[in-house]
Amino acid sequence: MTPPLLEIEALRIEFPGEDGQLVAVKGVDLAVEPGEVVGLVGESGSGKSLTCRAVMRMVPEPGSIAAGAVRFDGQDVMALDKKRLRDFRAHSVGMIYQNPFGSLNPVLRVGAQIAETLKVNRGMGREAARKEAVALLDRVGIEDPERRYRAYPHELSGGMCQRVMIAIATASSPRLMLADEPTTALDVTTQAQILKLLAQMRAEEGMAMLLVSHDFGVIAQACDRVAVMYGGHIVETGPVETIYHEPEHPYTRALLNSVPELDSAGNVRRRAALAGHPPELSEVIPGCVFAPRCEHARQDCAGIAMRLERVGPDHESACPVRPYAGAGARGAAKAARVEA
Amino acid sequence: MTEAVVTEGTRKSGAHLLEVESLVKEFGLRRGLAERIARKEVAPHRAVDDVSFALDRGEILGIAGGSGSGKTTLARCLIRLIEPDGGAVRVDGIDIRAHKGAELRELRRRMQMVFQDPYASLNPRMTVGAALHEAGRVHDRPGAANEAAFVSRLLGLVQLTDRIASRKPRELSGGQRQRVSIARALAVDPELIIADEAVSALDVSVQAQLLNLFLDLREELGVAVLFISHQLAVIAEVADRIAVMRKGRIVETGPTQEVFAHPKDEYTRALLRAHPHPDPRMRFAA
Repeated sequence: MTPPLLEIEALRIEFPGEDGQLVAVKGVDLAVEPGEVVGLVGESGSGKSLTCRAVMRMVPEPGSIAAGAVRFDGQDVMALDKKRLRDFRAHSVGMIYQNPFGSLNPVLRVGAQIAETLKVNRGMGREAARKEAVALLDRVGIEDPERRYRAYPHELSGGMCQRVMIAIATASSPRLMLADEPTTALDVTTQAQILKLLAQMRAEEGMAMLLVSHDFGVIAQACDRVAVMYGGHIVETGPVETIYHEPEHPYTRALLNSVPELDSAGNVRRRAALAGHPPELSEVIPGCVFAPRCEHARQDCAGIAMRLERVGPDHESACPVRPYAGAGARGAAKAARVEA
Repeated sequence: MTEAVVTEGTRKSGAHLLEVESLVKEFGLRRGLAERIARKEVAPHRAVDDVSFALDRGEILGIAGGSGSGKTTLARCLIRLIEPDGGAVRVDGIDIRAHKGAELRELRRRMQMVFQDPYASLNPRMTVGAALHEAGRVHDRPGAANEAAFVSRLLGLVQLTDRIASRKPRELSGGQRQRVSIARALAVDPELIIADEAVSALDVSVQAQLLNLFLDLREELGVAVLFISHQLAVIAEVADRIAVMRKGRIVETGPTQEVFAHPKDEYTRALLRAHPHPDPRMRFAA
């Protein structure tokens, strides 16, 4: 069997706090196969964005990777020196963020920013870089690329800026794209276009992707596999279809039952909502991090280690209680909504 | 429909709780250099363009639309946070544009707004209890004389414990803060809550709690809600009727179920098509 393209092992990310280190990511294992799209879904503070950033060793200050391994194509990313890290960031992975305006230089024309990437990363000459940049703009679906090449970021819509970011991120044909909430700031119609564009790039280039989102809808549209994060841990992972229809972990179930759905129209009634809120960084919860909000929590839940265990083909859950084992499809859960 | 508790005393026969008629708001655009040289006028931008709708007591009306569609401008015009340029906004038949001073204040009391960012709408130096009590006192609400009981009732309505009263906004979670914003709106006994993206910034598990809360409040207090959101699925969860806005106009309106099942306008159809369904079997056609 070929090794995975990206392998994260026992990743731990810490932030300095007033009394000792605060642990934001608490031992995450994750693998992305070549050409595979893996989703990281979770609520605020779950550690999904940090996990994504750790792949490029770009954890924001004052946070740091305290332990764990990141391997890309067999090479240890944690051990790379400055120059090789730069090469790795330039050629092997591309990254797009939530706010495309924030990632582009407002006083440079967008074409020049793409061309710069090509000159620095691919050693292209001026004219070649210009031509290639126009071709890239065309490929990411920007109409009239010659004219848009000369536009400044503020002259473009959010969706177009995100397309420019995708053009820059894919300029050196990376084998892995890191996408951190790439459509969250966009209108729903633009979001659909960007998701289609990412799917198309994947089909054409065989590019793998790690997609971070709080929105299970976005994850479901784009991913093969998904890892559900909560309180710094991956609580469940599996094929996206399995996770949606037959989630094992009580948190995954509660999360999916909370997702608003169009089908609710005309049938206005209360949802079986999860009480409380996701844990803050400063909260230290012994044992299972979800236990305080979990309706199936038992006394020994405070003593368990958060460890993913196999519960089905390519399906792992960190809940040893397994209240939904063999419960089958989640359709029953929808019916269990509290009657108004 | 829910059996709403209607405050009969203030009701005028036949009038809707809220009636908006041909509302218009224009923003003047600055002339660029070319226009100034050519001495050309620039047509103002119509952020709200001839919008009419009505809302009854205890009803939840969703307003949907993309960014720039005029949803928020419309909401702000309703309570005259910004001054409309034309049309009428009537509360129980009384035109809000025709009044000022104490009468306007009374009309505004009856329509309270809840914003997306509760952190920005709460005074960071005031305890939750003090903020809630102040609202009730300013509008001279019955029961406001007894601060503890007044605050406790409001916190109860939004399903928070009394302990919250002594906290400051920064000590609360996002969901708790938004509950406090809603409690502050309820402090003045409004008949209508205008919720402008009030659940959009919250985590989905907390969002579901707040959506339930709006339904509870409608049932317990008979309050009507104008529920503004860019997410159609969120509107589907709470709204009886929906109005879809695009470029300042309402392009389609009707019972939520009907509009979603048989959208007539092309823009509504585009919004529905673009909705990312959480079921992977319902992916967009590639």
